Amino acid sequence: MTLLDRLFNGDRLALARVITWLENDPDRRERLMSVLFSRTGKARRIGVTGPPGAGKSTLIDRLIVRFRLQGFTVGAVAVDPTSPFTGGALLGDRLRMQSLWSDPDVFIRSLADRNHAGGLSPATADVMTALEAAGKQVILVETVGVGQTTLDIADLADTTMVVLTPESGDSVQAMKAGLMEVADILVVNKDDRTGASHFASELRNVLEMRHNESGWRPPVLRASARDDTGIEAVYEQLNTHLAFLSQSDRLYQRRLRQSRAAITRALSEEMRRKVVSHPDYDTLIDGLCVSVARREKTPQDAARTVMARTA
Amino acid sequence: MERNIRVLVAKPGLDGHDRGAKVVASALRDAGMEVIYTGLRQTPEMIVEAAVQEDVDVVALSILSGAHMTLFPRVLRLLREHGAGHMLLTGGGVISKTDMETLAAEGVGRLFGPGTPTRDIIAYIREEVAKRRTTQETLDDV
Repeated sequence: MTLLDRLFNGDRLALARVITWLENDPDRRERLMSVLFSRTGKARRIGVTGPPGAGKSTLIDRLIVRFRLQGFTVGAVAVDPTSPFTGGALLGDRLRMQSLWSDPDVFIRSLADRNHAGGLSPATADVMTALEAAGKQVILVETVGVGQTTLDIADLADTTMVVLTPESGDSVQAMKAGLMEVADILVVNKDDRTGASHFASELRNVLEMRHNESGWRPPVLRASARDDTGIEAVYEQLNTHLAFLSQSDRLYQRRLRQSRAAITRALSEEMRRKVVSHPDYDTLIDGLCVSVARREKTPQDAARTVMARTA
Repeated sequence: MERNIRVLVAKPGLDGHDRGAKVVASALRDAGMEVIYTGLRQTPEMIVEAAVQEDVDVVALSILSGAHMTLFPRVLRLLREHGAGHMLLTGGGVISKTDMETLAAEGVGRLFGPGTPTRDIIAYIREEVAKRRTTQETLDDV
């Protein structure tokens, strides 16, 4: 039996290995994706982002329990940062996602971001595809702890949830942070701490001031993932948002946007690979480094030269 | 194909002494490995389930409770039952030389006592994973 047959039969080891190949082996990835991709597109995709230590993993753990109670099978992807110096990574999200460790309908995978900007590993989308192809109906994705940065998660998820804590900053911070723009749902976690109520109402004020053409006003919810309080309301809002997307063609529009982002990603990856794998690439770059260091050429000129010569 | 070595670091048993596990986890990360740290109070079943889902090359256990003669064989047996017998099972703790030899005979990898320089652990893992990957990866063609 091939690896993919085993994956379709629910073999967890096969799913785990497929994910390894998707993440690390371009040739196998190509073959795997050509089979897997067409079988997906129905699962619910939920992104969870927010600053480090906000409680994203614990909240996901609690939500997995809710989804399982409703009978959904669940996959989760948890991304942690790679060290830019050593290439190593300490992946600790799983530590807080152990409530249903023995449930065969829950599959959790930790990924290192491999220094990819935007809070996700470059393999995240493929891993989500593998999880869905293996039968998972709900896919939760946890980004690395991010603050004021561009966020890829909204390009992968149907619903993006931003988790903050009462210490996450005043409303001015919240207004300028890119985080606010991607949020479909905001959760103020650790709401037993001082300032939770004040912070939540500040967030609501900021959101009210914002121009909103989608017709969806992101709710601000208070919760304590550790104490398992307020989770029911978060779960309900996830459903409300899904219902909102399902009205008219909103979900379809979102999927179109996601597809556009996916093509753009694949395009830059393909172009880069084509250039870098050219036999003359290394020599060419070595020569151009000298010209750029001497300020005889701009880096942009050099890049254009590389593209022309490796085309 | 060069890919990062993946290691699960876990601490079975009920005591709270996880400093050793954390030191080793950090050292392996600094050596360029991707370390999944699942922390304290893990049962052998939890450890093996996590190892399977994460498709790790290595399962590294820290055992200071004296229960190593029970825990290592149990994790090894579960790994084999789950089709993950190719993973290297290693670890450390206060373990006598005789016990280490007995466990090695059963198929557990090298175990490390207190005071081991982390570079020895890193070198051993690199060498052992290189061997195991070449023998194993031809098995699962897409």
